[in-house]
Amino acid sequence: MAGAALLEFLLRIGDNTLILGHRVSEWCGHSPALEEDIALANTALDLIGQTQLWLGLAGEVEGKGRSADDLAYLRDGYEFRNILLVERPNGDFGKTLMRQFLFDAWHYLLLKALKGSSDTRIAEIAEKAFKEVSYHLDRSRDLVIRLGDGTAESHRRMQEALDELWPFTGEMFMSDALDAELVGEGIIPAPESLKAGWDEIVAEALTEGTLKKPADGYMHKGGRRGVHTEHLGFILTEMQFLQRAYPGATW
Amino acid sequence: MEPALRPSLDEVWHWLAQVPDPEIPVISLTDLGIIRDVEWRDDTLVVTVTPTYSGCPATTIINLDIETALTEKGLDKVRLERRLSPAWTTDWISAEGREKLKAYGTAPPIDGTAADGILMKRIDRLSGRSNLTIACPRCGSVNTEKISQFGSTPCKASYRCTDCLEPFDYFKCI
Repeated sequence: MAGAALLEFLLRIGDNTLILGHRVSEWCGHSPALEEDIALANTALDLIGQTQLWLGLAGEVEGKGRSADDLAYLRDGYEFRNILLVERPNGDFGKTLMRQFLFDAWHYLLLKALKGSSDTRIAEIAEKAFKEVSYHLDRSRDLVIRLGDGTAESHRRMQEALDELWPFTGEMFMSDALDAELVGEGIIPAPESLKAGWDEIVAEALTEGTLKKPADGYMHKGGRRGVHTEHLGFILTEMQFLQRAYPGATW
Repeated sequence: MEPALRPSLDEVWHWLAQVPDPEIPVISLTDLGIIRDVEWRDDTLVVTVTPTYSGCPATTIINLDIETALTEKGLDKVRLERRLSPAWTTDWISAEGREKLKAYGTAPPIDGTAADGILMKRIDRLSGRSNLTIACPRCGSVNTEKISQFGSTPCKASYRCTDCLEPFDYFKCI
């Protein structure tokens, strides 16, 4: 069932951009500086725009007439397929940026590979999103380096963020039978094949930022098959409120 | 519409050249380079549009503006199609559009500097500033610095002139 595996993949990638986009948008009006507020809002906007493309295609592949909005607003938590990293609470500005950097580095490599997907619809969305994500990675990496190699306080916070988020990075490179099926058809890269490139980008930035890379230990997982942390429920409560309370509302 | 009564495609392009971008009204949609194709398919005029930045909130307004402009010219069957590939790049902004941007106070994109997915070089990052010479659209000085990679709309970055001290927008190159 290539259709089922494809749909699952599209939900996985689209839910990652949706949930991270929503998380980042929570900063709107609360950032430590106006420029950063604008940058975060712009990043969130790019991610939401990419979500429309991914979930729009997911609805098309599913063939039940569901739109990107239907998929975003009318599914329950267990139907979401995002990795646990993107639903982590924002914490302080440093933690938000560290999460963004760890995600961007992976997202960048994933999209780069997807540009060569045998499914042209996926290749086209990846081509578009890749440019935006390269831009995101330049910024998040720069700030991780600056804050890591900044004051004693900023360094401490960045190291704490890294230590806390590290056990959530392993899920990006895990794969299952659905992935294997799509890899076999040349639609997606093998998740584990992105690890070496990611390690390189991350190690370089951490070294420059005088941050210590945590040891690889237990890695949390579950999001890709719908098993989430309690945090996702709170995100959905806020994000889906309007469509749940006033079904079909438009403006 | 009867073939004999149809406006020529040149004429349609001319009309589209008068539709302003909703967020930067000094340039038109054709200056921006987002209209990729215009063609008749039977009795329907099909306009192919490519999005600038995927999350740009102006996208729906742009589509509405195109439809409105063409409907006002008497076309009753207009269809818009989205084309993602090749992805839009700031290199497609017309020469005329660049002049208009400059006059408006936004530094136009520098050709060939669109993000091609190659990460910023370490030396550029460490020096803390761009290796590009971006001239201040107000005083023309090239002593400028980047304040933020992002700006007031999804298509802009924020810069500052260190001579006349004015902050200004630079088109975000993708």
